[in-house]
Amino acid sequence: MSKQAKTTALPGQLTPGKIVIYILLILVSAFTLIPFVWMISASLKLDREVFTFPMKWIPETFHWENYSLIWTKVPMLTYFKNTAIIALSVTFIQTLTSSFAAYAFAKMNFKGRNVLFLCYIGTIAVPWQAYMLPQFILMRSMGLYDKLQAIMVLQAFSAFGVFLMRQFYQNVPSDLCEAARIDGLSEYGIWARIMLPLSTAAIATLVIFTFVGTWNDYMGPMIYLTREENKTIQVGLRRFIQENSSDYYLIMAASVVSLVPVTIVFLFLQRYFIEGIATSGLKG
Amino acid sequence: MSGSAEPRKKRKMSRLERKNTLIAYSFLAPNFLGFAIFTLIPVVLSVVMSFTEWKGGSLTTMKWVGLNNYATIFNSAKVGKQMAENGFLSGIGYFFSKVDLGIALKNTVFFTVVTVPLSLICAILLALVLNRAVKGAVVFRAILFFPYVASMVAICVCWNFMLMKNGPVNQFMMFFGSTFNKSWTADSTMAMWAIVLVSVWRNMGYYMVIYLAALQGVPRELYEAATVDGANKMQQFFNVTLPQLRPTTFFASIMLIIGCFKIYDTVAIMTNGGPGRATKMLVLYIYNEAFTNFNYGVASAISMILLLIVLLGTILQFSRENRYSNT
Repeated sequence: MSKQAKTTALPGQLTPGKIVIYILLILVSAFTLIPFVWMISASLKLDREVFTFPMKWIPETFHWENYSLIWTKVPMLTYFKNTAIIALSVTFIQTLTSSFAAYAFAKMNFKGRNVLFLCYIGTIAVPWQAYMLPQFILMRSMGLYDKLQAIMVLQAFSAFGVFLMRQFYQNVPSDLCEAARIDGLSEYGIWARIMLPLSTAAIATLVIFTFVGTWNDYMGPMIYLTREENKTIQVGLRRFIQENSSDYYLIMAASVVSLVPVTIVFLFLQRYFIEGIATSGLKG
Repeated sequence: MSGSAEPRKKRKMSRLERKNTLIAYSFLAPNFLGFAIFTLIPVVLSVVMSFTEWKGGSLTTMKWVGLNNYATIFNSAKVGKQMAENGFLSGIGYFFSKVDLGIALKNTVFFTVVTVPLSLICAILLALVLNRAVKGAVVFRAILFFPYVASMVAICVCWNFMLMKNGPVNQFMMFFGSTFNKSWTADSTMAMWAIVLVSVWRNMGYYMVIYLAALQGVPRELYEAATVDGANKMQQFFNVTLPQLRPTTFFASIMLIIGCFKIYDTVAIMTNGGPGRATKMLVLYIYNEAFTNFNYGVASAISMILLLIVLLGTILQFSRENRYSNT
């Protein structure tokens, strides 16, 4: 199809077909972005202006003060701090231990390798929601209830990370490791000096998806974190919404602020997101 | 899949082998310990708990009750009675219209059956369009993908407001002659569609990216051959593109089905299962039994139903994937 488009039209030349395509794309993009635009628009209005008929996309006067108001109404800073601590720790632990374990699975021969790997693969298919309850009971008995550490250990040791890194390491030629072994490098040395530098693409993918996944996680923190000073941004935002359900403009301002960090990460690392999915499929 | 380990020798492990195994375990240990404690044990416990009665507290209060929890969630007494009195079908009807599990299953299946094809169709169409040489494809791709990384709480609340009475969506639809002006999430039929709308809106960009990658892999020669044979663009799409994309479509639909069965955030934030039980889904049901009613055994039994469904999907995917890589 793309072949035909190229033979009938010179690059840069607008044909009727292309114009239709652009209009379509712009419409779909608008549909995709409308909630975000509406969110920003509502966040700059006064409460009674949010639902007017007919609605106004651009507020009459921009009430920027809404954005300073939410910081006093909602402990956003605490929420942000907690979420950042959790997301950064999880990403760090996950990436480090996964790549470590994946190295053994991909490049070493040892007794019990296949059985252990089967354990990992087996649980990839088990949805977290099916075992969240026993996990909760277990963690509570370990004294982790209402602790940030609970969310860290809950997210950090996923089978998925090991699986993804192993797939990648499998494609690195074993001869490289063999040669290094002959040269006297220890297994740890091979992991640190050969595998890690070679796997930056896979690590970038894992880092980004773990970070965003943890940042946006709602159900885990909701079950575990109850005290105000422990809440993450998602749970905190949700609580604020439930308690002030008619302060539309404040809710929308808080929502916009909650989206800022992930948006920045996405804008800068967009390429890795898309390449990561395209090559590995990733989880849904 | 990797090749299995080299043929193992029968004799005892040499010192070198033993050292090697120890090193390998030291690589695995940090991850495996966490994985075993926080995933493996809970998974096993979950199965066990579904056969017990337990309200939390000390382990000694845990009581083995066999299939009782399953009888409870299927409400076998009432369903059985219906079947005995009014025939088999009326029992089934009772299950899906009155019993919590039946309603949750019916809702989840309906949601899945609608959301999966809609997401796939949108994703394929968008990928086809973006696969042509359009200027700014990177920008469009990023925009369409963005909902996938945005947090569900902010998104769902925003959609909730937009779908309210007098909200922008209803105003837009009135412009086209619709007379519906109620909050979507307060209406028993529209609430489900609100969740479908948000899910498709969020899924399509993600699967578009997967399809875009797959389209790059379709050999050019196939289109050339089709053109020589006089196939028009429609015929090319149905006879070349779609068949070539079949493995991707299969993969994507399994991922989507699993994702749909696990839906929680959207429902919890937008409707909380309501109005009534109109959008009550499987995971919401598990959550309520586990963390609101503290019926640990019952919650675990429902978990097993979810587990079975997702497991079935995954097994299907694996076997299918092997078939594709063998041919």
